[in-house]
This record gives sequence, structure tokens and C-alpha cells, in this order.
Amino acid sequence: MKFDIRIALGRALPAAATLVLAVAATAASAADTIKIGVLHSLSGTMAISESTLKDTVLMLIDQQNRKGGVLGKKLVPVVVDPASNWPLFAEKAAELLEKDKVSVVFGCWTSVSRKSVLPVFEKDKGLLFYPVQYEGEESSRDVIYTGAAPNQQAIPAVDYLMNEVGVKRWVLEGTDYVYPRTTNKILEAYLKLKGVAPADIIVNYTPFGFSDWASEVSRIKAFGSAGKKTAVVSTINGDANVPFYKELGNQKISAEDIPVVAFSVGEQELSGLDARPLVGHLAAWNYFESIDTPANKAWIRRWHAYIKDPKRTFNDPMEATVIGFSLWVKAVEKAGTADPQTVIDTLPGLSVPNLTGGTATVLPNHHITKPVYIGEVRADGQFDVVWHTKSEVPGEAWSRYLPSDKGVVADWVKLKCGNYNTITKVCSGQNYK
Amino acid sequence: MRILLLAFLAMWVLGLSPPPARAAGQAAGIDLPAALAQLPGADFDQKADLIGRLAAAHPPGSRALLAALLDERVVVRDSDKKVFIVNEDPAGYALIDPLTGRPAGTASTDDVDQVTINNHLRTVLRTVLAQLDLDSGDPAARLAAVQQLLHSIDEQTARLLRQRLAVEHDAAVKRLIREGLAMADLDDSVPAARRLAAIRELSGSLNPDVYNRLAALADPTADTDAGVRRAAAAAVRRIDSWKRFYGGVETLFFGLSLGSVLVLCAIGLAITFGVMGVINMAHGELMMLGAYTAYVMQQLLPGRPGLSIVLALPAAFLVAGGAGILIERGIVRFLYGRPLETLLATFGVSLILQQAARDVFTANNVPVDSPTWMSGLWQINGALAITWNRVVIVIFTLAVFLALQLVLKRTRLGLEVRAVAQNRAMARALGVRGEWVDALTFGLGSGIAGLAGVALSQLTNVGPNLGQSYIVDSFMVVVFGGVGNLWGTLIGGMTLGILNKILEPYAGAVLGKILVLVAVILFIQRRPRGLFPQKGRAAEA
Repeated sequence: MKFDIRIALGRALPAAATLVLAVAATAASAADTIKIGVLHSLSGTMAISESTLKDTVLMLIDQQNRKGGVLGKKLVPVVVDPASNWPLFAEKAAELLEKDKVSVVFGCWTSVSRKSVLPVFEKDKGLLFYPVQYEGEESSRDVIYTGAAPNQQAIPAVDYLMNEVGVKRWVLEGTDYVYPRTTNKILEAYLKLKGVAPADIIVNYTPFGFSDWASEVSRIKAFGSAGKKTAVVSTINGDANVPFYKELGNQKISAEDIPVVAFSVGEQELSGLDARPLVGHLAAWNYFESIDTPANKAWIRRWHAYIKDPKRTFNDPMEATVIGFSLWVKAVEKAGTADPQTVIDTLPGLSVPNLTGGTATVLPNHHITKPVYIGEVRADGQFDVVWHTKSEVPGEAWSRYLPSDKGVVADWVKLKCGNYNTITKVCSGQNYK
Repeated sequence: MRILLLAFLAMWVLGLSPPPARAAGQAAGIDLPAALAQLPGADFDQKADLIGRLAAAHPPGSRALLAALLDERVVVRDSDKKVFIVNEDPAGYALIDPLTGRPAGTASTDDVDQVTINNHLRTVLRTVLAQLDLDSGDPAARLAAVQQLLHSIDEQTARLLRQRLAVEHDAAVKRLIREGLAMADLDDSVPAARRLAAIRELSGSLNPDVYNRLAALADPTADTDAGVRRAAAAAVRRIDSWKRFYGGVETLFFGLSLGSVLVLCAIGLAITFGVMGVINMAHGELMMLGAYTAYVMQQLLPGRPGLSIVLALPAAFLVAGGAGILIERGIVRFLYGRPLETLLATFGVSLILQQAARDVFTANNVPVDSPTWMSGLWQINGALAITWNRVVIVIFTLAVFLALQLVLKRTRLGLEVRAVAQNRAMARALGVRGEWVDALTFGLGSGIAGLAGVALSQLTNVGPNLGQSYIVDSFMVVVFGGVGNLWGTLIGGMTLGILNKILEPYAGAVLGKILVLVAVILFIQRRPRGLFPQKGRAAEA
């Protein structure tokens, strides 16, 4: 048959039109959504703590979409599993920022995972909301730290033990990575400043997933039997906590003899344990599920309805995720765009209510204001608040107890620097070794 | 009369002012209804005051209320602010009226608020209950009460104890009371002769409270009599040497328990690697299968952790052994004589098994409870205490080792396994079905890995990554002990465990592990075939 242009066009035109429409539809639907990255370990040694944060973000996205999304656009979650593998965190972060082109990432728990992804976020100019308590000594332009800095958790906990409980001897027990090592450096400096003798402090580190606690717990028991009130400050992370507390229970070390205050153990970590031998041991956080405010009660009801499990616990990093998400939504609506760098510039100064009756404000150093609570473990795995601050404490990125931090401030609003030395007037940029 | 004395002394101990002379039972204490009325609104300090006054007056029902308060089983009903003691109930809480001790209906957990206590109140409650328990009919309760009171001996507690000693007939309680009274006699206000006698009596005691008291006396800056100070220093030195001895025993025990875990993990590998020359990288995952079997068994028998662990042992043996036979028949059989391929193939199997665990169960750890006979502490004396779970595991390891030796030396299967290991061709010529023996040997080694998994479920977290934490240690023990030799595995494992535990207090857990690995590497340089190498021409193959 001879080539007839009309027949050819007649066949090609509908196909071409369909193709154009399809491309336009995809482009249009992509333009109608905002992608949100979730970078939490869903397997491995940290899954016990992190997997519930993924569920929190999914609930927040679902809730926001019911209200019409943000700027009229639907929110779409992109969930990846870095599997407690620190180099994999960096790979997955790059995947989220470069391949999936997410506008914001909620992620990380361990400081080593955060340090691994920092170069990726700074190179790709992304935005990370980091919801976990950490060791400070960092302030990146691309991260909002909604978790506690040491002056919002570690220092008040040590003050409580020293002043209210009368502790004279200290065991600093941590997992072997940057967060416990730096936090213990700060705490040792603080304790010596308060007049504690070096012979009254012991420091010990164990690897992730460590389970052979018998000899270390026996050593703690011996150290604590010298007639002076002894306490353990625990920066043990992940599932090593489970055999640690089991061993404390087995060796009959009760909280009245040697109290253990943990910075990384909350309702979620206790939910897999029989908490009865642990009654009276302490945790320091900025939120507890048992805090009795209308906002908290309403939130827990909604959480249980969403997750369809009335026994699922809610904890501090999850509240920090809620605060971070609310701040992000507020900033995007104020800036009129979800572009990460614009949102970063909009965030400092914004306030949202927290779940314990106060407010969380973003500070120029990219930390937020948080109240401090000290709680004792109850037999059902919840916490009873035994002490709290009257108002929110602003987070300090650089510790005032380390000589190397003297005069260093972080200010991304006026100084545009995360590590500015006010004495030498030099900005050192990011020091994320 | 004694009640009044008790109340008087209890109030002194709790630092309250003594009551003016009044009739018995009506001290400036408080009666139960008044205490119950004040309890709902009290803060921690007011609660401490109420506890003290209740203990002073000691009305009927107060001991039950104080014990329930310590147990966190006291609630306030929201509707009428009445206080109840509670027990668990399917509907929430079963209420008990503290005034009468009789049931008062039920309530759901939303209708009541718990009466909270803090650590300070717990100490106060324990001391008060100990004082009330001194007169208990149960000698164990009296022993616990005296132990509690020994933490803070003073003149008033000493008087209470002296009173009790006069009427006590249980030998253990009497000994402990005498120790407590001797501790009270160390006080500065007591004449020197009596103090020296007390020091002599206490110089053999390993009780930490006694040690601290003596150390405080021996302190050169303290203002005490020189003779007393010398005697105290000598006693402290004596107790120190005993403590060092028991410290060594404890380290040895911890080393043995770590070693027994290593031996359990490695012994299955010793058979497959040693007897068959197969490098099984899935060995850790076979242990994981055993641990998950223990978890499943506990789910099938809820509330009976002891029975489920015992039943889990044969179940885990069969499950892991079955998996081992499948691996052997399906993959390893085709790769005999090719160690690199077996390594790769079994590594792939290990990944498949890990992901299967993540899919069937969750990626998170699953909880496995310990039975009561494996929890808690065996307090041998004041300086040496051993946890029961590790004792059970050491005994279990030795039992497994013994059973395995019996199987290998006394059964037909064992004979055939050893024959095939020594000279396969000759064994086949003599009628041994080589392939069947191979499968059963692999199954035996894997079954033992399953048993190791059940033991591990009691010590560590059960999750898909359980095998990864122990595979390297297992190979290290087998290589160190000598491939193919069960005695080598036993001695090698125990040695490495003890070495690790000796290094740990000085170098820390991480560096200690590294040093042990370095030691093994250096040892292998000198003796490449391990501690107990196989002998004979067949072993060269």
C-alpha cells in the first residue's frame, strides 16, 4: 500500500496525543505532591528504637493529608531502610535527595548515622529533622535538631542525682560510638567542676548489641558498695539495653541501691521487657507518655486509633518528630514553597505547641526550646515524673563545660555560621569528624 | 507492751519527736481512716510523713497498706477519692477496702489513679516494713528484715535487734543479728574493749556494710583510739585478701560461662567443619532457628516459661537438624572437596534464612522469658554471687558435650561418622553408606547449633541478626581448638572465654575481644593445626 500521509497521521495523532497527555498528567501529579523522606532503621540493632518513628511520620502525613495537604498539595512518604548500617544511611540519604527528590527528611537516631549523612545533606542542600537527644558539638545549616542537647537532658539529670538524690560516686556506662563518648567527656568535665574526685568516677564502653553484662554489672555492684551513694549514667543505645537491665535484675541491683539514669531508654525500649525488676530506675527526657495534659491525652487517643493497637507506646523522639513536622508545615505555609533552603531560612523564630502544655521555638542555632523531665520506671513500663523544669530550656549546641568550646556559638540567622568563635572572630564551618 | 516500745523506737528512727506519755496505741501517730483521707492529695514529703505516723501507731491493716504501697498497688478512685488496695483482674482492678481487708468490687484502669512513690519513699517503706517484720512468724521474712535493717544500724535499731535476739530460735537469723549488733558495737561511743571484741568477731565477715564500717574506722585521719584503728586495719587487710580470692573465683566463673556459650556455638561447627571439612557459613543462622523455636514454643505455652524451654530443646534440635539435612542434601552434597564454593553457597543460605526470619517474624527482636529457676542470684557469701542462668548454661554445655561424646563413641552412627571422617573410600568399601552418614552428620552438627540457640535465647536478644554475632567466635574456637577434635573445642572455648574475662576489666570489652583475637592469630602461627590437632595419615587429606 502506498504511504498515505493522512492515514499515517490518523494513526499517529491519537497515540501522540495520548503520550502528551500522559506526560502532562505525570508532570501535573508530580507538581501536586510533596515528597517526604523517612530515613530510620527498620532492621538491625537500632530497629527496636527507630521503627516506631517511621510509623509516627506516616501518621502525621496521613493526618495532614486529611486536612488538605500542604499548600494544596498532597504529601507522599518515601520510606527507606538503612538497617542500622551507618554507611548505608549515607547511601539511602543520597537516594532520597537525588533520586526521589524529597523536600524534607525525617530521620536518623544514632549520632554516627547523623554524622554519616551530614556531608550528603550539605552537598545536596537538603533538610533533615533530627528528633533524638544527642551530644551537641554540632550545628549544621541543613539540620533542625528537635531532640535534646546535653544541656537539655544530660546536665539536668546529673544535677537531679547530685542534689535531690545525693549521689557521690558515678559510673558512666556507654555504647562505644560518638554520642556516649562526647556526652561522657562533657559529663566528666561537669562532675570535676562540681568537685567530684576522679577516683569516684569510672567510665566504661561496650560495643553495639553487647549482651555479656555479668562481669560489668558485677563491677558496678562492687564500685557501689563502698558506702557512698552511687549512680549509673547510661548512654547505652539499642538492644544492648535489654540484657543490661535483665542482668541488673538478675544480680538484684535495685534502684534504691544503685539508680541507673538512662538517656536512650524510653517507653518503646521498655515495652519489650518485664519492667518489674526495673521499678525506680530513671530516665531523663523532654516528654513522657504518662504526662497528664489535655493535648497529650488527645494525641495518644489519636495515635492508638491510627496504629490500631491500644498498647503501642509513645515516647520523646516521637514527640520530637511531631514537633518537627508541625514546624515544617508551618514554615512551608509561611514561605509559600517546600524548597528546602527557603524553608530553612523561614524556620528560626517559629513556634508550635508541644504535647506537654508548652511551646517549642526554633532558635538561631537550629535547636528548639524543650522542658526537662526526670521519670522513674513503673512496673507497667511507663514513667512517673519525679522532677521537671518549670519552663522550656533553650538548646545549646556548644557545651559551656568543654574548654575547646569556649566562646563558640552557632547562629544561622545573623552570623550565618554553625561554629563561630566569638573570641578569635573566625567561622570554622562544619566540624563533623 | 512491746508494741508501744516498737512504736516509740520506730518514731525515733524516723526522726520524729517522741510522743508524750500516753496510753498504748494512741501515740502522735495516725489511725487508718485519717491516713486514707489524707493520702490522695499528699505530695512525696507528706506521704513520707503519713508512712512514718502509720508505722508509729501500727493500727490493724496498716502493714497490708504499706506493703501494697511499696508494690504500687494502691489507687484512688476518681469518683469519690476513696483509697483502695488492688489486685489484677480481667476487668481492670479488683478492689480491696484497706479498712476491712475485704473485696469491694472492681474498677477499670481509667476510673482510678495510682498513688505514686519515688525511690526515697521506697527506702522508707522497706525500713518500716522490716521493723514490723521482725516479729513475723516466717524465719525467711525475719532474715530479710534483719538484712534490710543492717543497712543503717544505729542505737535504736540495735535495741530492737537485741530484744529480738533474746527470743530468736532460728540459727541463720541469730547469726545475722549478732553481726548487726557487732556492727553497732563499732560505734565511737562504745568502750574500746567491746569495740576490739566486735572487730575480732567481724574480721571474717564478707558483708559490704561491715567492710565499709571497718574501713572508716581504719582511716588514719579518723579520730579513733590507736589500738582500735590498728585492729580495724588488720581486719580490713584480711577481708581484702579474701575479697581478692573470691574476685578471682568470680572472674573464673564468668570466663567459664562465656566459654560455655562459645563451646555450645562451636561444637556443632566442630563436627561439620572438623569431621566433614565443610565450611558452613549458615551455622549462625541455624542457632537463630533454635532461638526462634524457643520463642515459638513460649508462644504456644503462654505462662509456662520453664516447661516451654525444656520442650524447646528437642524441638530446636529437630528443627535445626532438619534444616541442616536439607542444606546438606540440597547444596553441600554437590560441593564436596570445593571449600570456596561451599563457603559462598552457605553464605547465601545464611542470607536467605535471615530474611526468612524477618518475613515470618518481624525485623525487630522477639522477647523470650526466663523461667524462675533460671532467674536471680545465688548469693554464696558476701563477696561471691553467681547468676542462676549462667550456672544452668555451664551445666547444659557439659551435658551436651557428654552426650555428643557418647553418640560418637558408643553408637553405630558415631562409629560410621568417625570411619567416614578417617578414610571415606575404605569406609564405603566396608559397607558404610557414605552419603547417608554425611547427611546425618551435618544434621547432628546443625541440631547442636539449634540447642545452642535455645541457650542463647536466655542470654541475649533473639532477632534475625543473632547468628551474625556468634559465627566469627564459633570459627575462632574451632580453629584454635583443633579442627575435628571435640576435646579441643571444649578446652579451646573455655580458655578463650576465661582469657576474655580476665582482660575485660583492664582493657574494656572492645579491646579485650581484639586482644584475644590477636592472641589466637599468634598462636596459630606457632601451631597451625590448633591445640589438639588430628593425628594420622588420613588427617593430612
